[in-house]
Amino acid sequence: MDPDCSTFFCQAWTARWSLLEGLMVTISSSIMTIVIGTVLGFVVGLILTYGMLPLRLLARLYVDVMRGIPVLVLILFTYYGLAILKIGVKPYWAGVIALSLFCVSHVAENVRGAVQSIPQGQHEAGMAIGMRFFQRLRWIILPQAVRRALPPWVNTALEIVKGTTLLSVIGVVELLLASQQAIARNYMILQFYMAATIVYIIINFSIAQAAAALERRYAYLRY
Amino acid sequence: MALLSARDIHKKYDDTEVLKGIDLDIEQSEVVALIGASGSGKTTFLRCINLLEEYHQGRIELEGESIGYTASGRRRKLGERQISAQRAKIGMVFQSFNLFPHMTAEANVMLGLTKVRGMSNAEAADRARHWLDRVGLADRRRHYPYQLSGGQQQRVAIARAVAMEPRLMLFDEVTSALDPELVAEVLAVMQDLARSGMTMVVVSHEMLFVRDVATRVVFMDGGLVAQSGTPDEVLHNPQTERLRSFLGRFHGIFGPV
Amino acid sequence: MIAYNFNWAVIWRNWDAFLGALALGLGLAVVSLVIGTIIGLFLAYARLSPSPWISRPAWAYVEFIRNTPLLLLIFFVYFGLPEIGIYNLDKIQSFILTLSGYAAAYMCEVFRAGLASMPRAYGEAAKAIGLRPWQRQRHVVLPVMFRITLPAVSNNLISLFKDTSLAAAIAVPELTFTARQINANTYRVIECWLTASALYLVTAYAIAIALRQVEKRYAVVR
Ligand SMILES: Nc1ncnc2c1ncn2[C@@H]1O[C@H](COP(=O)(O)OP(=O)(O)O)[C@@H](O)[C@H]1O
Ligand SMILES: [Mg+2]
Repeated sequence: MDPDCSTFFCQAWTARWSLLEGLMVTISSSIMTIVIGTVLGFVVGLILTYGMLPLRLLARLYVDVMRGIPVLVLILFTYYGLAILKIGVKPYWAGVIALSLFCVSHVAENVRGAVQSIPQGQHEAGMAIGMRFFQRLRWIILPQAVRRALPPWVNTALEIVKGTTLLSVIGVVELLLASQQAIARNYMILQFYMAATIVYIIINFSIAQAAAALERRYAYLRY
Repeated sequence: MALLSARDIHKKYDDTEVLKGIDLDIEQSEVVALIGASGSGKTTFLRCINLLEEYHQGRIELEGESIGYTASGRRRKLGERQISAQRAKIGMVFQSFNLFPHMTAEANVMLGLTKVRGMSNAEAADRARHWLDRVGLADRRRHYPYQLSGGQQQRVAIARAVAMEPRLMLFDEVTSALDPELVAEVLAVMQDLARSGMTMVVVSHEMLFVRDVATRVVFMDGGLVAQSGTPDEVLHNPQTERLRSFLGRFHGIFGPV
Repeated sequence: MIAYNFNWAVIWRNWDAFLGALALGLGLAVVSLVIGTIIGLFLAYARLSPSPWISRPAWAYVEFIRNTPLLLLIFFVYFGLPEIGIYNLDKIQSFILTLSGYAAAYMCEVFRAGLASMPRAYGEAAKAIGLRPWQRQRHVVLPVMFRITLPAVSNNLISLFKDTSLAAAIAVPELTFTARQINANTYRVIECWLTASALYLVTAYAIAIALRQVEKRYAVVR
């Protein structure tokens, strides 16, 4: 190690670009996963609630299977599986696909729970003024369900952010692996892991704060 | 021709028949009070009229149009589009208000007008304002349901239903969930509607209201219409022991009705 | 569809390795749950303490753990402990330490909610029959609280079991690590990961069903 650069800050400065890049990979893979997982999870959640029987059973099977398998196994399975099937995708995308599979199942279950928690009377009030099923869904049920699904959705989002560290196992240089690469050069184990921890805590606290602010805006959603 | 005619309505939950052949005709501008002990099938009957429940036998017609099921041939349920259109002609107010909690009072009233009636926002807002005014809530338009008392919420629910200009209004024990001091304001709104010529079916245990406002009283017992007539006939000349004992329960509270 | 010829013989040949690895993971989860439960209980009481000097650190610990990725914690402990002079933990012990500390934070939240939802009457009744504060906790509050929180504890056990897959990252030979090795040696990728997934899935649901029976037996009548 360079004797002129023996402090953590000097080493961190030296590694700043690779660390920053790692952080960007963490953030972008989180956002990708959360967006894909939320959109598809929403659809699967509605199928779980209102789908025709065979479709609903299929969705239920998917959700229950995904929730019983560790995310790391999903990631490794997807990564090696796509490779052996000669589907050439970068580890980053294999990771995002695997995390999304996981995210979809959680969002779907959250959406189902939220939709089913809306009292039947809301549906009936919509029926009574002549609204059709999709109109009721669009204007009455979903606006309320989305707000109810927010707290568990935030939990899922936090899980995903933490889950992106698992992409390091298939060689995606996200924040954790970038930190480890820095450590490999300077052996400042405690400092770099601590720094990474703090970054994760900051990201997660920001998400939680944003969600809490949103929830306060929805104070009117009471029965 | 009667505005609404129900013929031989039978309704089962699993194996127990809760409506055992209801026959009822309702003329334009009538106010029919449905009374009867709890469990006698009043709610179920109202819900059948509004197609919130399916029934396996019988026919209901609104202005000669078969409601919910095909008019002739094999008995089949109508499509969702038709049923929704028919429901829009029948207003219903529930015991538990069922306001949309994520919308202001005004938006609650406007929703059906814009999405079902296809009105412009401005038109719908005008009409919402008119009806909220009419139920005495001109100054509560921008309030959310949780900011309103039970009586106010129920009045919004009534405005929401009548703003659709239904041919018939159904009220299912709309004051039962209210604190006693809030009952009068809701009954006053209903009385006002009755005077304006709205055809109404009212399930209620408010016997004074029934006596003063209803044009006809129908006593239901065990899923059947047991007696029907003017308030005077039914309330003062009960033909059956069951009705006598049912009415007897109200005497102690209000004096003889 | 891309052609892929299944060859399950590889799996049967390594079946014992799979099962052994599965058992190790299950063992790690159970041990961590037990230790985590004990620490978590103390943390829960600490969080409910009126003194901020006790409740704040407990709060900070829980938030720290819950917002840090588990994999980072695993590396932190495994590579970090020798840095502060603790050399004598092998990777399994190091992993158990991490997963226990991790479980403790989650169990703390479970118990805190459980203690908060305890009907006051239990404590009052215990007081009325003259039990001392410690006896009240030991004989009245805790038994009821454990029963109330049983479903949440089962969920945590299942989560912990799935989390043992991360031990693969420090070469603990549990199921994920073993599957990866067999995968590397044999190239039977799909068979290998299907087997691992199925074993996790079946075990997770077996735990769920078994604990549901326990929950039924000890259900609180309220
Ligand atoms: N969803 C249901 N499932 C089974 N039975 C029901 C259901 N709803 C009502 N019932 C039964 O139908 C009968 C009539 O109920 P209801 O119409 O609510 O009576 P009322 O409104 O006159 O009190 C009662 O015996 C009730 O228990
Ligand atoms: Mg009723």
